[in-house]
Amino acid sequence: MQLAVNIAVLAAIYALISCGYVLIYRTSRVLSLAHGELMMLGAYGLFTTASLFAGHPLMAIGASALLALVIGVLVYVVLMRRMAGEAVLAAVLATIALGILLRGAVILVWSAQEQYPLRLLGFSNPTLAIGSGRISAVALTLVLGTALIYAALWAFLRYSVWGIRMRAAGQNPLLAAQRGIGLHGIYALAWGLATLTAGIAGMLISLDQSLSQTMAIIGLKAFPAALVGGLDSLAGALVGSLIVAAAEVLLIHYVDPLLSDVVPFFVLLAMLAVRPWGLFGTREELDRV
Amino acid sequence: MSLPRASGYLRMHYAQDYALLETRTQRIAFLVFALVLCALPFSVRGFALDLANQVLLASIGAVALMLLTGYAGQISLGHAGLLAAGAFTTGILAKELAAPIWITLPASAAVGALLGLVFGLPSLRLRGLYLAVSTLALHFIVIYLGSEYETKRGYSTGVLIEAPVSDARAWYFVLLAAAAATLLVSLNLLRSRTGRAWRAIHGREAVAGALGISVHRAKLTAFIVSSTLTAIAGCLFAYYRGFVSAEAFSLFLTIQYVAMVIIGGIGSLLGAVLGAIFVVLFPYAIEGAMRATALADRLSSLIFAVNYAAFGLVMILFLVFEPQGLVGIWRRLQNWLLLWPFKQKPLRR
Repeated sequence: MQLAVNIAVLAAIYALISCGYVLIYRTSRVLSLAHGELMMLGAYGLFTTASLFAGHPLMAIGASALLALVIGVLVYVVLMRRMAGEAVLAAVLATIALGILLRGAVILVWSAQEQYPLRLLGFSNPTLAIGSGRISAVALTLVLGTALIYAALWAFLRYSVWGIRMRAAGQNPLLAAQRGIGLHGIYALAWGLATLTAGIAGMLISLDQSLSQTMAIIGLKAFPAALVGGLDSLAGALVGSLIVAAAEVLLIHYVDPLLSDVVPFFVLLAMLAVRPWGLFGTREELDRV
Repeated sequence: MSLPRASGYLRMHYAQDYALLETRTQRIAFLVFALVLCALPFSVRGFALDLANQVLLASIGAVALMLLTGYAGQISLGHAGLLAAGAFTTGILAKELAAPIWITLPASAAVGALLGLVFGLPSLRLRGLYLAVSTLALHFIVIYLGSEYETKRGYSTGVLIEAPVSDARAWYFVLLAAAAATLLVSLNLLRSRTGRAWRAIHGREAVAGALGISVHRAKLTAFIVSSTLTAIAGCLFAYYRGFVSAEAFSLFLTIQYVAMVIIGGIGSLLGAVLGAIFVVLFPYAIEGAMRATALADRLSSLIFAVNYAAFGLVMILFLVFEPQGLVGIWRRLQNWLLLWPFKQKPLRR
């Protein structure tokens, strides 16, 4: 039972992060390798707002979520917009460079110390029992929050005008632009939403465990989950997260704890060998360098 | 190498066609350059010499990556993994079998070639992003195997090995010879059928195939040559540092090598060397600048963070404003000097 709970929590973490990869890739065909760092930035944003709005934890969380959204839009407007039309490699490298920049900047602003935002917000994190397994309250929030966010994203893409525009831009940018859809606005929105979800993931992880620079690695480990499910499918990201999380938890438990950092990448390689476009992804002609 | 020339120049013999240095000016310039390089270790010592050695070591790896990414057009984010493979092969052989360098160096090269085959296999099916991601995954797996060896054998801080040469000046000449040999091999390889095939598959795979180039073979040779050279660089790195540790080969190292290729200028061996110089010297330049502005005292514990941030920023600036890299700047400068006092707007490619 404990194993199942662990898998569920890890899958929720991966799913929450990987939906950002999917959103950005699906809309603008860019792979953002700065996603882990943006997630970390979101968590540090909560750390700052928590001390800013001391005593109003909900306001702090809302403010930091808004901050993450704004940061995502800014990343597109300032940097990624200039990468439009460049080769795939250039755009990926730009996100890698952005990641390094953020990693350095975060240490400069917030120092390399480990932080505990949970205490700042004045929440406690009791352990609950589910059957024979145990789960912390924040982890439970994480699982429920992930389900909620996926439902919201699905509804957004399915029913709202902006969501439909976003899907159109992802399917065929040229036609979408000719129908009067502002591509820059759509791309900026995709980056904003992706950073928002990453930021929420970062906040919840930092509330459950602690806040430090090692967090960015989790973002990178969530990428295989997105790819296994198919880089342009939200449902795929969910399934992929479950597969990767299950493989990771089971192998750590039964084989070797050191494996934790590589299991997602083993799964990734296996998937690339068998079905590179993922379980639910659309098969596509890939770009050259 | 299509440098602008001031006058007409006719090739009369096949030997002239093969020559790397074609005119007397080039030969004299090369001789002066070589003399300066040989005289360098006698004029500087200590820290500066160590920097020169690091640059030479990095330029081997950068040239290897340039062959793969800049010429054959295959993205690889697993370069640090290949360096680690060379270094660990050396470390393990030296530790377990007390093997001397003339065994470890070929062994590292062989492991590099084998890994190149493994890294290259996904490239037969995958392109672009997916290839980059698969090499990234392989990087993590190589690093995992290395750290697994470390923990299982109880060398938690790294494997210590004894280098055959210890003097910094002797090291300089060893590394200079290695770097020069790498450059020479690469230059000649690029002028051969293999190099032309790489450029063709970079241009467009379908056309290259239609021209009778075996795309699969060209891709695999690109991966194998590149990773063999990289593994040799890793072997030299292990001896130069005196110890091997999985922590030294982080993702950041890969990014640094990719940055060398980008900052130097894609598709140019000169660019790889310039990029290696830039990336190796950059952190020290930042530290010097911080010391000069008296920021160092306040931020002394955060120098590495400043480095990270500045490095990311410089990489972004190059990607956005100077995609041709340092070589692009150098070519413009050459053009300007050649035409001076006249001016010509450079043709946009």
